[in-house]
Amino acid sequence: MFPALSRKVYGKDLVYLDNAATSQRVQTVLDEWNRISVESNANIHRAVHCLADEATQAYEAARDAVKDFLNASGREEIVFTSGTTAAINLVAFCYGEAFVKEGDEVVVTEAEHHSNIVPWQIMCRRKGAVLKVLPVDDLGHLKVDMLDEILTEKTRIMAVTQISNVLGIINPVKDIIDKCHSKGIPVLIDGAQGAVHCKVDVQDMDCDFYVFSGHKLYAATGTGVLYGKRKWLDAMPPYMGGGEMVGTVTFAETTYAPLPMKFEAGTQNFASAATLKQALYFVNLLNDNELVKYNDKIRDYLLDYFLNDERIKLFGVPRGTSDEKIPLFSFVVKGVHHEDLALILDKMGIAVRSGQMCAEPVMDRFGVTGMLRVSVAPYNTIEEAEYFVKCLNRAIDMLM
Amino acid sequence: MTLIEAENAIIEEFSMYEEWLDKYEYLIELGKSLKDYPEDAKTEEKLIKGCQSRVWLDYKMENGKIVFNADSDAIITKGIISLLIGLYSGRSAQEILSSDFSVVEKIGLKENLSPTRANGLVSMIAKIREIATLNM
Repeated sequence: MFPALSRKVYGKDLVYLDNAATSQRVQTVLDEWNRISVESNANIHRAVHCLADEATQAYEAARDAVKDFLNASGREEIVFTSGTTAAINLVAFCYGEAFVKEGDEVVVTEAEHHSNIVPWQIMCRRKGAVLKVLPVDDLGHLKVDMLDEILTEKTRIMAVTQISNVLGIINPVKDIIDKCHSKGIPVLIDGAQGAVHCKVDVQDMDCDFYVFSGHKLYAATGTGVLYGKRKWLDAMPPYMGGGEMVGTVTFAETTYAPLPMKFEAGTQNFASAATLKQALYFVNLLNDNELVKYNDKIRDYLLDYFLNDERIKLFGVPRGTSDEKIPLFSFVVKGVHHEDLALILDKMGIAVRSGQMCAEPVMDRFGVTGMLRVSVAPYNTIEEAEYFVKCLNRAIDMLM
Repeated sequence: MTLIEAENAIIEEFSMYEEWLDKYEYLIELGKSLKDYPEDAKTEEKLIKGCQSRVWLDYKMENGKIVFNADSDAIITKGIISLLIGLYSGRSAQEILSSDFSVVEKIGLKENLSPTRANGLVSMIAKIREIATLNM
């Protein structure tokens, strides 16, 4: 089902444990990607011919699939982007243009990926606004109680990750949204990891924006989604100008297309975006009970290992049950550089992430220059997890 | 030993290791053997840019020869810089610059390192050449 996983690296079977960075693509996604490129390659929405109609239908069918996946109230609330980063930049820019002025405040958290920090920083600088930060505690949980003092009458928006790409703790986003809404503050949820591991219902969650990437959940790369409540998307100016995002154009004035086209200027990455339909169909299949239990078993095995090996410090530790965490483990081995471990594991066939993981503030928070990260997908097996532990031990022995 | 002889000796040494892990073992040992780099010489100026892990390279002149000293917070990287120092330290600027530095390709280091690590290697060599050029 995942052709990439059958390859070998350095003569060894590939054990791919860098799924939080990007997942491997499911065969149905590859087939659809190829089919559109070969059979239905035409620019969407514009022409009346057969190929254009087929491409448009595939693209818009993916939008419907995303709407259902997120349980959005309408398809016009689903905007396709090139990824999570592009979606956050869009909101930061356009929401900022419409609603943020000098002296206003924007709140993010200490656990964010750079993609959910820098766009807000740029917007704050442009608008003369102030960026405020909700900290995490020593176990890697957001200090949600502190929101009461951080949110003020000047706060215009809060952006928070559903699950940090470093800590892997499922954040209490509903509580955060409730707290913000009680003060009239909208919330953007970064679902780059969350959409992969949690069942998302944007109406139930009541978030104002929800963003995620396709490439982390088995779809083609270069795909992403911005969900926004209609009232916000309507009130925000366009991000980029160009074809397809317009109503009528004259040199004196241009009117804009209705949602979601207002935010989809230019030729879209339609062949890739269409694969979201196949990918999300697959994600829904993964909610099968037996499979979920099997994945939890791998997570619990690794969590138990990381918490009990004295040489290892794990970042992002559940306070109660292991269900607070996804199978994503960032750690350091005392006295050993993360990069040495990653290099040796690589030569053993194991792909893990090492470094700052696009989250320097988290590294600073925990006083490290980098970490090693193992992130598990449903196609990984308990045998692979055991092989990883064995290889990690061997690598540590080599380096100690 | 001339520089060319030393380079050939390293190439021969590496050719004995078929497995990558054995090459790493060798580099780790080399890294551990590199000692006595003073903490106060770990300055921004001596830090080599382009490495994911931190590498410091310092030198002094002794009887017209360049004597290098280096350190890194990652042991395999330290092994690599140690290997380079073993080849190029204690030689004249002219001798160092006579090398084409193809030894790192011949022992398979360059293409088998991760791209970030390869950049670091390129930066290390560039720094050694820069120091030699400065002291011609």
